[in-house]
Amino acid sequence: MDLDALASCFASPACLVTQTTSGLIIGMLLFLVAVGLTLIFGVLKVVNFSHGAFYMFGAYFAMTAYQLTGSFALAMLSGAVGTAILGLIFERAFMSRVYGADVLMQLLVCYAFVLIFDDVVRMIWGPEFKSMGMPAAFQVAPLFIAGGVVPPYYLLLIGVALAAAVVLGLGLARTRIGKVIRAAAHNPGMVSALGINTGLIYGGVFALGGMLAGLAGALAAPVRSLTPGMGFSVLIESFIVTVIGGMGSILGALLGALLIGLIRSFGSLGFPLFTEGLMYLFMVIVLVSRPTGLFGKEVA
Amino acid sequence: MTELQASECARVVKVPRIDARPQRFRDILIALAAFVVLALLPTIFGSKQLLDFVIRCAAYGLFATSLNLLVGYTGMISFGHGMFFGLGAYGFGLMMQKTGVSIPVAFVATLAMTLVVAAVIGAICVRLKEIYFAFVTLAFQMLIHSTILSWQSLTGGDQGLRGGIPRPPFLGIDLSHPLHLYIASCALLVIGLLLMRQIAQSPFGYTLRMIRDNPTRASFIGINVWRAKLVIFVLAALFASTGGMIMALFVSGAYPEFAYWTISGEGIFINMLGGVTTFLGPMVGTVLLLILNDTVTRLTEYHGIVLGIVILFFAIGLRKGLMDFVVEWYGHRRSETGERAP
Repeated sequence: MDLDALASCFASPACLVTQTTSGLIIGMLLFLVAVGLTLIFGVLKVVNFSHGAFYMFGAYFAMTAYQLTGSFALAMLSGAVGTAILGLIFERAFMSRVYGADVLMQLLVCYAFVLIFDDVVRMIWGPEFKSMGMPAAFQVAPLFIAGGVVPPYYLLLIGVALAAAVVLGLGLARTRIGKVIRAAAHNPGMVSALGINTGLIYGGVFALGGMLAGLAGALAAPVRSLTPGMGFSVLIESFIVTVIGGMGSILGALLGALLIGLIRSFGSLGFPLFTEGLMYLFMVIVLVSRPTGLFGKEVA
Repeated sequence: MTELQASECARVVKVPRIDARPQRFRDILIALAAFVVLALLPTIFGSKQLLDFVIRCAAYGLFATSLNLLVGYTGMISFGHGMFFGLGAYGFGLMMQKTGVSIPVAFVATLAMTLVVAAVIGAICVRLKEIYFAFVTLAFQMLIHSTILSWQSLTGGDQGLRGGIPRPPFLGIDLSHPLHLYIASCALLVIGLLLMRQIAQSPFGYTLRMIRDNPTRASFIGINVWRAKLVIFVLAALFASTGGMIMALFVSGAYPEFAYWTISGEGIFINMLGGVTTFLGPMVGTVLLLILNDTVTRLTEYHGIVLGIVILFFAIGLRKGLMDFVVEWYGHRRSETGERAP
């Protein structure tokens, strides 16, 4: 425990800015992963335990595309599109077989794929740490805000994630497809009786969730090291985010992700070894006081 | 619920007649026979590897069977049951390293500590249902894991409890001797299984099945669901903790992985593999998983893929565990032949 470091950080604007930005990028990346998770749970009623693998694949796809083409935009695109296709295949071929089955079965199918995907990555890209490196376009002098260091890439990352949040939120609330998705979440039987292909919606939502996780992985690739199994800690953290926010709530995922990001970033100053513990403690406190999360609906 | 509906319920649910006495006698006989067979193994085979394998089976088997009291019997999918395995290993290891008490005292003290911790955590967790219960138990597991990692002065952090666990002889039993450790582990396994079997077959055990099948009805007829769930949560924790203690004795230490969430995941997987509707299903699953792990790890470095495919076979192909499958198939065959008989 190092409470002095935490206190002195709160007294210094420079430190506050640096820590808040790093908390925000952790939070935004977590949000992208968690919102896919919450969407899949909300519509398909499946807890996708293999969601972290899509984050991992997004990062590896982006790295490979960047090494082949040298284009940052293509790297992001291949990360997102590649995982969307992967998500669609995964859902149609395997997850769709266990809908309505025991929660245990669904968890096990996902658990099996966590093991399989990690080994597939190990086979293709090797077991060692990889790094994509910061694209040349972002290798510029950092910004100084109130004395705090803010790399421009961080701003891009936060911007992209925020844009995704807005597009997703508005898309679900306003567009026709969004309404159909929400209807399918509420009453799939009715939606399919109206002649809408629910299988297609389920596949689409899973692909969308996979895409968001893949985009998060691609965005994280320049700033994090890549390793098989990297999806794991992200998965657990995004579970915490969705549970804190309330499973199925997009706004909850945003709030939860920001809270966890800030807890991680400031917690690493005050409690260097217990940073993870702080997150779990926070989750326990939230669940004990509000069993369905901050924005969760009471399950009948 | 109207009176009509209530009587409907009463008509639909078949209440099995519970006459536990003859069964208890049979169970004790089976347990004794199993113990004798296990105890004779070293004289027949005498390979060190086999003894080690059985000890590991005892540790994981107690853990997995106790998890099935929650998952299979009560319908509580705990994703944090491994915390009690870790707690048992660390509690026992620390007690032996720091206090110098005798092994039976440390054993009982660790159980007492597990009881207190499980009662506190359980009181919070069992209020929640289904997936939220799974997550809050997972959170507690990781909280304990983080505590072990960060409390370096006591637990050794990510290095684990090192320097070996002292095993002073007591009552003529010397657990630092491999054969003694083997016999003690077998005894703990058999006694543990026998006790859990008695819990599962008791009226309380049938109350648990009822809570699993219809919690609303259970509370309507006056069962305190929260209390029943808490009691089984604590009891299961005690057996998991015993498994952890066997593991600590076996490896002469305790490591943070013992309290990591993957151990809970493995426990669930073992249950799935063996089957959750038969009492010995988790035991069969334990043996299968350990054999699978040992052979696959020897054959390929990509054992995740192999393990994953096996899980998929059970989850999507069979849709049930091995023992469930066997029992169902056997029951099917018997009813068929029964019909054919004049």
